[in-house]
Amino acid sequence: MSTLEIRDLQVSVGGTQILNGITLTINSGEVHAVMGPNGAGKSTLSAAIMGKPGYEITGGSVTLDGQDVLAMPTWQRAVAGLHLIMQYPTEVPGVKLSEVLSEALSARHATLPNLNKTINEEAARISFDSELVNRAVNVDFSGGEKKRNETLQLAVLKPKIAILDELDSGLDIDALRDCAKRVEDATNETGMGALVITHYSRLFEELKPDFVHILAKGRIVKSGGPELADELERDGYAAYAEAAK
Amino acid sequence: MTTALALPSTEEEIWRYSRINELDMSKFANGKLTTTVEGGEGVQLTGTAATALVGAGMHVQPDVFAQLNTDTPDVIALHIGKNKVHTQTVVITHSVDKTGIVAYPRLVIDAAENSEIVVVERFTSADNVHSLVIPVVEVHAAQSARVTYLAINELAKNTWQIGHQVAVGERDSNVRLFTVALGGDYARMRAEVRLVGQGASAQQTALYFADGTQMHDFRTLQSHEAPRTHSDLLFKGAVKDTSKSVYTGLIKITENGTKTEAFQTNRTLTLSRGAWAESVPNLEIETNDVKCSHASTVGPIDDDQRFYLESRGVPPEIAERLVVFGFFDEVIDRLPQSEFLAGIRDKVIAKLGGTK
Repeated sequence: MSTLEIRDLQVSVGGTQILNGITLTINSGEVHAVMGPNGAGKSTLSAAIMGKPGYEITGGSVTLDGQDVLAMPTWQRAVAGLHLIMQYPTEVPGVKLSEVLSEALSARHATLPNLNKTINEEAARISFDSELVNRAVNVDFSGGEKKRNETLQLAVLKPKIAILDELDSGLDIDALRDCAKRVEDATNETGMGALVITHYSRLFEELKPDFVHILAKGRIVKSGGPELADELERDGYAAYAEAAK
Repeated sequence: MTTALALPSTEEEIWRYSRINELDMSKFANGKLTTTVEGGEGVQLTGTAATALVGAGMHVQPDVFAQLNTDTPDVIALHIGKNKVHTQTVVITHSVDKTGIVAYPRLVIDAAENSEIVVVERFTSADNVHSLVIPVVEVHAAQSARVTYLAINELAKNTWQIGHQVAVGERDSNVRLFTVALGGDYARMRAEVRLVGQGASAQQTALYFADGTQMHDFRTLQSHEAPRTHSDLLFKGAVKDTSKSVYTGLIKITENGTKTEAFQTNRTLTLSRGAWAESVPNLEIETNDVKCSHASTVGPIDDDQRFYLESRGVPPEIAERLVVFGFFDEVIDRLPQSEFLAGIRDKVIAKLGGTK
């Protein structure tokens, strides 16, 4: 059982305050959706939790099973059990996925006896062309291939808590289903917790949220169950954008 | 000979950014390298036949250093007969054993029609050797000849190099010039390819990595003097600590060079704040109907690439190593198979890991 606890998190970027005190608790097996309009601070939340340079923490705390996440360099946050699926996965020329996973696992002192076999099995599970495993990460990948690649890494690295930053953006229906289902499976099979940041609710066909939070102007303005996503789908964000003012 | 030499200065464009102003030729006496040649049976010439071949690929002296070499060269001459394929790689190893000398090794590769040869030339020295090597390599590739030449600079940190590579390619010939530069204090290579026959092609590829206070200096020329000629240049390097690198390159296409394709890419990673690199690509095109491109970048490791790898749990020093090797990957892919390159990864890792 693991817990990611975000308390009153305040973050600024380039001197501008983006997050004004976010409080969320994500336990193993739980899926928390954070939904909000453009500019609400959704991507800032994921970047700050993972320690991306340029995101300054101005207040609050983030802990994973009591460990101070904000005190760790990025790579240790990942080793501790956090995993970020990026909205726009970075192209890394000349670096193969198999190399990245091998180094990531060895940093965890977890060498898989047959990494290639695991990669191939996981690739097949989400219809990811396993030829791409031996190509440079994300270079010349399509949008769908990039997100499948991100999902494959999550499946192999088995984090305690995953942060999904707009997994659905730029995805066709097939890729979306494969990726979302694999994340949902991970919450059931390994008890992974998930913080799912998204603008739209189409992701929830396969990945069922237990809690839905609405983020507007850097604050969580409403929390509820899955029914809240339906309400947003129907009425849009306008009411919440107003409320946050 | 005591005549004062007129050395070039950094006022001249081709010497701009260089360390030529530090050079004091009076500190060096003419001397010899310790040189071995393996695999030259059947192609290596001796005596007057060897010296007669000097000039086969270099008709004019591009500067005073090439002239000095031409005046008193230590010649290794290789001639491959018509239609011959020299299956054994010729390996030339130079060692600078004495301090305070200047040496003029001269390698001439003369490939007759439809012949083929692969030559590796290595330069090494010991740390305490304060000497200067002025090597000249001439390649003449006759019609349909195929020449591969790989220079490996593993000189120690107090040895200077001011070198020239000049290749002339005739009709339908192919010349590939590779350079791996890891060593030297100031190590310069001027690499010029002249494609004078229709359909001639050339590839120029370099990998360089400077650290400490080293400087690697490259000046390249891709000269297209006949129709349908093709050249592709890829120079990639890294500078660390307070080291420096310079790349200036010219693609020149004369009036005769119609339907030519010429490509030039230079990229340098600056791995430390104190490191410095300059990259200046140039085009000079006197005809239409050509396909030409050049690209050049100088900069640190991309922050997003670093963050991406670290966010997977890869520690920073390993992330840096992965990105640097990823950067060099396309160059390493192009390098010919050679036992002398087997250790290159380890040498680059040692340079990455070490601090000076």
